[in-house]
Amino acid sequence: MSTNLANLLYLIPIVAFILALRFLSNPARARRGNQIGAAGMLVAIVVTWIHAGSTSWWAIVVAMIIGGGFGAVAARRVKMTAMPQMVALFNGVGGGAAALIALAELHRILPEPGRPKIDFALAIALSGLIGAISFSGSLVAFAKLQELIGGRPITYPGQKVANLALLGACVALSIVLVAGVQDEWLLWVVIAGALLFGVLFVLPIGGADMPVVISLLNAFTGLAVAVGGFELENNVMIVAGMLVGASGTLLTLMMGRAMNRSIGNVLFGAFGQVSASAAAAAERDGGTVRSAGAEDVAVMLAYAHKVVFVPGYGLAVAQAQHDVRQLADLLEDKGVEVSYAIHPVAGRMPGHMNVLLAEANVPYPQLKEMDEANPEFSRTDVALVVGANDVVNPDARNNEGSPIYGMPILNVDQAQTVVVLKRSMNPGFAGIENPLFYNPKTVMLFGDAKESIDKLIEDVKGL
Amino acid sequence: MSHNTLLVFELTILVLAIFLGFEVISKVPTLLHTPLMSGTNAIHGIVIVGAMIVLAQPDKDAFEWVVGFLGVVLGSANVVGGFVVTDRMLEMFKKREPAKAPDADDHGGTGAA
Repeated sequence: MSTNLANLLYLIPIVAFILALRFLSNPARARRGNQIGAAGMLVAIVVTWIHAGSTSWWAIVVAMIIGGGFGAVAARRVKMTAMPQMVALFNGVGGGAAALIALAELHRILPEPGRPKIDFALAIALSGLIGAISFSGSLVAFAKLQELIGGRPITYPGQKVANLALLGACVALSIVLVAGVQDEWLLWVVIAGALLFGVLFVLPIGGADMPVVISLLNAFTGLAVAVGGFELENNVMIVAGMLVGASGTLLTLMMGRAMNRSIGNVLFGAFGQVSASAAAAAERDGGTVRSAGAEDVAVMLAYAHKVVFVPGYGLAVAQAQHDVRQLADLLEDKGVEVSYAIHPVAGRMPGHMNVLLAEANVPYPQLKEMDEANPEFSRTDVALVVGANDVVNPDARNNEGSPIYGMPILNVDQAQTVVVLKRSMNPGFAGIENPLFYNPKTVMLFGDAKESIDKLIEDVKGL
Repeated sequence: MSHNTLLVFELTILVLAIFLGFEVISKVPTLLHTPLMSGTNAIHGIVIVGAMIVLAQPDKDAFEWVVGFLGVVLGSANVVGGFVVTDRMLEMFKKREPAKAPDADDHGGTGAA
């Protein structure tokens, strides 16, 4: 197959990818879009297969079976609640592949006589650098979300300076490489440095900000792939990679806006360092924590006119979405008006709660976005907070010293009563104290969210 | 096509892709941001094409062989995992449309299965 014909046929996957993204603007067509994207990918693979010739075809097949098999099994087995870390993992391997391609390409062109063309060298250095950062960064994000390592930010003095110096050194070495120094080991050093940087760069970022980080790393991988397209003079890699690079960047910015924080603040703010002072302040104000049993809460719920569920990551961890739906149905049968208030960054990914509640077949009209939900709290009898923390923290409104000051929140404290389902008094994943728990209106129901909801269901049924 | 002509052409499509990416994504509702992240994640699995080209190189040495092989493994994990995960998420959004029509509460079970 000639290169021209291959490029012509590559238009099929390009159009398919654009349609896949386009169809995502509508929930009803989104799945079809994804299938079109997958079909496009298949076309891209077949065209490449024919165009590149069949040397080592068996190696390609074996590699595909190993990688594809792992991907398929992992993606099928993963629970809906663990999706964020799965996305992080698949993002990481993509970045790793881009870095490997850079290594192989440099290795191939160096023995050729004369200096490598500057654009090739630049593309190789960039995709090696960005791909490696994305690879190790995504793996750390995966480990944090999977709770293999603590979700709290890990910080030490001079961290920012050290990170910046490391990144600077990697960039400097890349420039040396591009400037025409023909040493293969330089790229190895760049990639090793970038791998280390990826780890150090994600470690200090708190668990609550992981969605933003994954989105950014997604954009990085896209960019690394697009640049890889320049190395191989491959159009479909350039277009598809850059589509992802651009969309990932935009999504990252949109998420920053939803939290009212700049991306710089998210990435370098070591957001969510435990501030002992906030807890102390709450104690000083004479706030005490009131806890209640499931029976009491069940009575409150059953005799309320309006109940709003506020789901957070705790709901995801406990896999309680179906139980919540059941409780909501039960309350509706008793004539209670039920809705769900969804914060745009609740959970570990944007729209994470929508996905989970969709899994439990919650009707769309009951899902209220923040702007729609907030005016309703003043006429709400009970706001039932299921494993959410930072998105209902009044400090975001009132306390200028709080790391989340300025983030728009769900104003649950305007409801008559707030019931918080929580495992313990430990600060949340982000590690920030929440004065809501000390509010006299607030009642805590301690325990695993799923077990607590199940108890509530029993008790409401018994009334 | 000379090398420079090709490069200019490639840069042109790169810039167009940036704007296209912004344009297409700005229409996606918050509701679908998680599948969007996962869907774009699957699309950058196109890196598999690059890894295949490396591994299919006729005159490669052992180093390129190993690196290309690893690249195809990682790339195909990205492609397959990405699309399957996205499909699973989107499946749940689709299921609800018919379920809403009869407006009957199916307690726990998903009528559709």
